[in-house]
Amino acid sequence: MRRVPPSKPSKRRIDITDSFPDTINPEELIDIYETMVLARAIDERVWLMNRQGKAAIVASCQGHEAVQIGSVWAASKHPGTTFFPYYRDLGMMVALGVSPLEIMLSFTAKAGERFSGARQFPLHGAIPELNVINLSNVVATQIPQAVGYALGGKLQGNNNISITTFGDGACSEGDFHEGMNFAAIHKLPVIFLCENNKYAISVPLNKQMAIPDIAARGPIYGMPGITIDGTDIFAVYDAIHTAINRALNGDGPTLIDAKVERYLPHTSDDDHTRYRSEEEILEAKKYDPLLLLQKRLLAHNLINEQIIQDINNKTKSTVNKTTEVAEQTPMPSSDDVQDHVYEMK
Amino acid sequence: MAIKSMIEAIREAIHEEMERDPSVFILGEDIGQRGGVFLATEGLVEEFGEARVIDTPLAESSICGIALGAAMQGQRPIAEIEFADFIWPAINQIVGEAARARYGSKGALQAPMVVRSPYGGGVRGGLYHSQSVESFFAHTPGLIVVAPATPYDAKGLLKASIRSNDPVIFLEHKRAYRLVRGEVPDGDYSIPIGQAEVKLSGNSLTCVSYGLMLHHCLEAARSLATENISVEVLDLRTIRPLDKDTILNSVKKTSRLIIVHEDTKLFGIGAEVSALVAEEGFDFLDAPIMRIAGPEIPAMPFSPTLEDKFLPNPGIIADAIRKLSEY
Repeated sequence: MRRVPPSKPSKRRIDITDSFPDTINPEELIDIYETMVLARAIDERVWLMNRQGKAAIVASCQGHEAVQIGSVWAASKHPGTTFFPYYRDLGMMVALGVSPLEIMLSFTAKAGERFSGARQFPLHGAIPELNVINLSNVVATQIPQAVGYALGGKLQGNNNISITTFGDGACSEGDFHEGMNFAAIHKLPVIFLCENNKYAISVPLNKQMAIPDIAARGPIYGMPGITIDGTDIFAVYDAIHTAINRALNGDGPTLIDAKVERYLPHTSDDDHTRYRSEEEILEAKKYDPLLLLQKRLLAHNLINEQIIQDINNKTKSTVNKTTEVAEQTPMPSSDDVQDHVYEMK
Repeated sequence: MAIKSMIEAIREAIHEEMERDPSVFILGEDIGQRGGVFLATEGLVEEFGEARVIDTPLAESSICGIALGAAMQGQRPIAEIEFADFIWPAINQIVGEAARARYGSKGALQAPMVVRSPYGGGVRGGLYHSQSVESFFAHTPGLIVVAPATPYDAKGLLKASIRSNDPVIFLEHKRAYRLVRGEVPDGDYSIPIGQAEVKLSGNSLTCVSYGLMLHHCLEAARSLATENISVEVLDLRTIRPLDKDTILNSVKKTSRLIIVHEDTKLFGIGAEVSALVAEEGFDFLDAPIMRIAGPEIPAMPFSPTLEDKFLPNPGIIADAIRKLSEY
């Protein structure tokens, strides 16, 4: 396991010529790269659509893509994995197989929205077929739920692993503590994956906690706490792969503190220039998970400029087409607004 | 039929459901070796083992959040909150999450879970061991709120709650646990959620209640029989969904309505029942609707003289009924 010093982003960069972890099959890498390009392009588009008044609220995943896509990639080797994400996980949804159009329909709250029938904020609700439950906007509530889901799986003897993601802000909630504690007591197969972008909306990490690394909390509960460079998809893959094996062996949960950068404001309703300097935002954008993956694949001759161009063109065309279809899709009917409150009539 | 206490009926329901359905499990504080602080789960860990009878840390939010997660996995958890007064840390997981699982996923998810909790006063429990919490949860679409008054209803309704695919707040009056005894059949039966019951038939006046107060209402009604006041006592049993038909049919017959509960009056269950009758049964009424309820103080005070002042009793209820019947 790569343990990365957490203090300055400049210290944690990998060498692009580093060999891949031996758990990785290089043949999968072009697909993974393409997924990340697509996630970035959709994210940029929905942000733009917000500015055009076509998407009411956007929480951007830009800067977080490697954690989101890398964790799904590693989990895809173990089909019984269920994700309990949070509101910033657009890239994870793309990787899980939610189609670009479905994502667009979710952000535009249109008919056919797949997660909640457009009852909720974008990407919230559930798609059981894709093993994703994103019930709530409320920070950290998914953590005990992910633990309970794993407990239920253990009672059924089904080996189902829960991966729950959350931001650094969630680590101050009681549900984070309670969920981690219970999972450790019962050695439940849960991976607590913090997408640590160092901001809870505007509050920086040093006002959220007196310690530099969230991972330090793992051993306190009785589980490993791993710090990784969350902009490096290979580090993410490796950490999740290890945590899954640990869970499958019955050794219990793992806390992973994945350091990432948040490129954009908290959401489309936030203005981060009120609390971040221009320099800091520019510095953050140097640690681009997409660019890092691209350079690394180029260094290993897995892609070339032509392939990059082809993928970009294909992605642009997909995003343009789906934007058009989403815009032409009608709003949902309000006829069923009172349905699904109870099973019982 | 055997005579059993409320607590025995509740224990029997849990026991039989755990035996019947392997997906049923229980979690909460002190429910294992201790058998629960009121012994509702006595003997269950010995019979079903620690995997299905889980002594949890003292952490109400995760008790309910974990129950919700397990329910989404297809299990049928019964979470115990040791005293209803301690349920507030879990309100986010119950009201914000479990109640919305089905709606927020357009029916893809469901939360077949029960949160059992002892509530109510008259046990010298003071501000933090006496509270009635039903109106907080009854205000929430997506939740079912059940508050049985008799051992027979407690067993049958708890079984129905465990089998329900919607989340249920199951409130057990702690003073009634051993005080109230009644006939409870051995073996399986269940009582449908959402059905009130006429516990005493009458035609002068309808008295709607639930929980421990139902017994005070029955006592008051019996004492008034000698005065030729024939009180119909209606037990809500399920608070949400409210059984509109049974309430309206009774008021149609009697033309007078009094609602009695231990919980404080303003914005409470009585207000809802009253609004229902005002909206849908106005023409039935020959008198203003009356409510007898706890006073507007934050919770039940500790000292006996103070606590007794809080609680409605058969005398107070009888006086009110007399007054209403004379209107």
